[in-house]
Amino acid sequence: MTAPSIEPAAPDRRDFLGKVGKGLGILAGVELLAVVVAYLAPGKGGAGRGAALVVAGPVGEFTPSSVRAFPGGKFYLARLADGGFLALSSRCTHLGCMVPWDAKQRVFPCPCHASRFDERGDVLAPPATRPLDLFPVVIEGGIVKVDTSRRIGRARFEPGQVTYL
Amino acid sequence: MSPVTDPREAPLPARKPSGFSNLVLHLHPKLVPAAALPLSRTFGLGGGAAVLFLILAVTGSLLLVVYEPSPERAHGTVTRLVDEVPFGALVRNVHHWAANGMVLVTLLHLLRVFYRGGHLPPRRGNWFAGVALLLLVVACAFTGYLLPWDQLAFWAVTIATGMLEYAPMVGGLLLRAARGGADVGPATLARFFVLHVAILPIAMLLLLAFHFWLVRKVGGVILPEGSGDRASPRGALVPTSPNLTQREGAMALGVLAAVMVAAALWDAPLLAQANPGMSPNPAKAPWYFMGVQELLVHLHPALGAVGVPLLGVVLLLALPALGGRQPPTGRWFGSARGARHALVAAAVGAVGTAALVVANEPLRRAPPWLPGIPPAVRSGALPLAAMAMLLLGAAWLSRRRGATRIESVQSAVSFALASFGVLTLVGVFLRGQGMALVLP
Ligand code: HEM
Ligand code: HEM
Ligand code: FES
Repeated sequence: MTAPSIEPAAPDRRDFLGKVGKGLGILAGVELLAVVVAYLAPGKGGAGRGAALVVAGPVGEFTPSSVRAFPGGKFYLARLADGGFLALSSRCTHLGCMVPWDAKQRVFPCPCHASRFDERGDVLAPPATRPLDLFPVVIEGGIVKVDTSRRIGRARFEPGQVTYL
Repeated sequence: MSPVTDPREAPLPARKPSGFSNLVLHLHPKLVPAAALPLSRTFGLGGGAAVLFLILAVTGSLLLVVYEPSPERAHGTVTRLVDEVPFGALVRNVHHWAANGMVLVTLLHLLRVFYRGGHLPPRRGNWFAGVALLLLVVACAFTGYLLPWDQLAFWAVTIATGMLEYAPMVGGLLLRAARGGADVGPATLARFFVLHVAILPIAMLLLLAFHFWLVRKVGGVILPEGSGDRASPRGALVPTSPNLTQREGAMALGVLAAVMVAAALWDAPLLAQANPGMSPNPAKAPWYFMGVQELLVHLHPALGAVGVPLLGVVLLLALPALGGRQPPTGRWFGSARGARHALVAAAVGAVGTAALVVANEPLRRAPPWLPGIPPAVRSGALPLAAMAMLLLGAAWLSRRRGATRIESVQSAVSFALASFGVLTLVGVFLRGQGMALVLP
């Protein structure tokens, strides 16, 4: 151990130590912030998810070019003109309002900032920038089922997203 | 010799303070400049905001006795509060109107400080403290908004927290941190409740003590040039009690009376219990967010929801540095020329914004022009560039026509404030079902 020096530290050393102290302080602050955010933000898996398979009904119940609401699962099951199925999340991709289905004009008009989506979920009018999210559709033994635990975001409608018999 | 000529403004001789004013006097120096006393120096707005905070703390504590913060019980307890608890509706109304009043009065206080040059050195530090206070006030009002857990609350908070998702990179994380999950739910209510009744009010109290101390440390509020002479630049000093304390007391009683009258006349709204499956049409944010909500109708969400609010705060923080080295004159708008320029800039900003809103009404429903350009550029980057050019243009024009540097910055800010004010008015009064433009 060296004896403590009696002379005050040289200015540049004091300067340097001051800077190190400040840097460490900022680092500690950032760490603290990260801990708080991590504590507050639960994992992506989320609580209470898991098996959320909604049985929509037999294929024959859905006529082509029709849209039916499933308020419990917060999605719409759309049967396109060619007979394919799409399960569209009813949560607007702009800021999260629930979109209703306007059967006369065949659009989903969002009540919050007037985005409009067509029956494939594609954006007809901004401010929304992405189509409505999808949920996977499975057809087993003529029964349509929708897996509401898996939300699929997309940039635009593509034919591969449609489920056929 | 006193600089005050109006006999009504003449200072009173010192008086022995009572117990209560002793407490109030703790915040003040013994003597204050006579020139600081006339109402038009501050309009008492800072003090008014402080009184509103005290009213909120008292009524909030009373609400806490009845209110229970869980999605199952919150709405029921507020209904019971209004229908059954004696004076429950009154307490809730007072809290509601004092909260809205506090946001409004704090904004007016900010304007008063800015248009008198109170944000420039030596008061720069206190301006920064003030910006933090503004954020706390808005956060307090917004977290309180969720607590009744009705349709209004639920969807306004869904939309406002949804904006976080557009923050670059950390958006998803921020969204889940604010909501405590993917959707607004029990975890959101728990967070907002703790913030509203503990963390934010305590932070505000600490910061307010600092704010008041800084006002005193620089020798009181900003005074117009020529209030005194060389020897004593602040002019004649008069005893704080009763000269200032009486005025403050009158202001406090006036604020209390105004809130009580509003609470007696108008009930705080309470819609049906929150229904996560159905958004009301139209779903409207609280009024102080209406300007942003109106922007959301027109612009890419990354700009409307994140960019503009963030840039607004950055601009507020940058204002002291933009003022240059000149000391402020302490007069309203700096000078008569400054006032003229600010007025013209504000008028142009207001009329231009109104015209743009109307012009965009048919356009935003039509198929997008220039479909090849991605929306982030078309309704994000391009409008941002246009806004920046307009602000710089306003400052430049004002400077060319003889304004000082402070005054030219003031012109640009007036332009932006008037524009935002018009957006807020449109959002509050002219948006109906499906966010269509309607007459009020
Ligand atoms: C200082 C301590 C405070 C406490 C203990 C408190 C407590 C509460 C409680 C328990 C509620 C729920 C009751 C209801 O919704 O009717 C509430 C609502 C509310 N609070 Fe506070 N509060 C405080 C300060 C503030 C401040 C400073 C503001 C705003 C600047 C504010 C704004 C609101 C708003 C807007 C509501 C919603 C009331 C409504 O319109 O339904 N509160 N507060
Ligand atoms: C909770 C909200 C606030 C309260 C209770 C408050 C209170 C006060 C009070 C009592 C004063 C003394 C002079 C006067 O009454 O005007 C004052 C001065 C001041 N406030 Fe605030 N204030 C608040 C928010 C703000 C905000 C949002 C800003 C600006 C961003 C701000 C910036 C200042 C400055 C720079 C001064 C010194 C002005 C001068 O010396 O002329 N304050 N405040
Ligand atoms: S939430 Fe649907 S348009 Fe904004």
